[in-house]
Amino acid sequence: MDRFAITSAPLRLEPLMDLVSRVHAEQAAREDREGPGAVASFVGLVRNRHAGRDVDHLSYEAYEPLAIRAFGRIAAELAERVPDAVLAIHHRVGRLEIGEASVAIAAASAHRAEASAACRYAIERIKQMAPIWKHEVFAGGAAWVEGATADPEDAASRERAWSLACP
Amino acid sequence: MSLTVRLFAGLRDIAGGELVRDVPEPATVDAVWAQLAHEWPGLAPYRDSVSCAVNAEYARFSDSVREGDEVAFLPPVSGG
Repeated sequence: MDRFAITSAPLRLEPLMDLVSRVHAEQAAREDREGPGAVASFVGLVRNRHAGRDVDHLSYEAYEPLAIRAFGRIAAELAERVPDAVLAIHHRVGRLEIGEASVAIAAASAHRAEASAACRYAIERIKQMAPIWKHEVFAGGAAWVEGATADPEDAASRERAWSLACP
Repeated sequence: MSLTVRLFAGLRDIAGGELVRDVPEPATVDAVWAQLAHEWPGLAPYRDSVSCAVNAEYARFSDSVREGDEVAFLPPVSGG
């Protein structure tokens, strides 16, 4: 299984958690340091209401090759702050019903604070810059949700994501 | 020179998802955008909020493009 993926199949968190834990253990063994002591996870769900509107369902679209690179870039940014963390991100595309998982993230580290921060940083950065779009179908219409202008080099965005990850 | 242009989300609804366009050399991403926005005036208001990529790598509007490149325009993102 790849650590970074865009998929139309339903997301499963447990294989991702196993993957980051195993990769962390392998890296730690090679470098003779502490193995995994924590895995943090985040799962984003399709919510039934957005901006005061009742949502019927969502449809996600991605520019897949760039999205995979964006996930790798997030991992590289994290490596500068939390060198110990191992990250995995899978994002769904296609039609999703209320309550389905749109994104699954897992982060392994030797300690809980780093695992948790890595996970939170990743979801904030995905929202800031990953080339993924949400089409919302609600009672009486449909619209693309337009969030952030994607600029991976923007230092202020990176700092904002980091300050949310480590309050 | 001939380029492939990829458009997503709201931009795709306006002009289609994949286009092949001829642009005069030398050209930047900005020149490709200008040509599209001329052809599809509905794209023009996106200029300040759109990002771009060349060959599936993040790029700048000032970057040069070459024959055969894939130039993508990305409206504001909403993943997660």
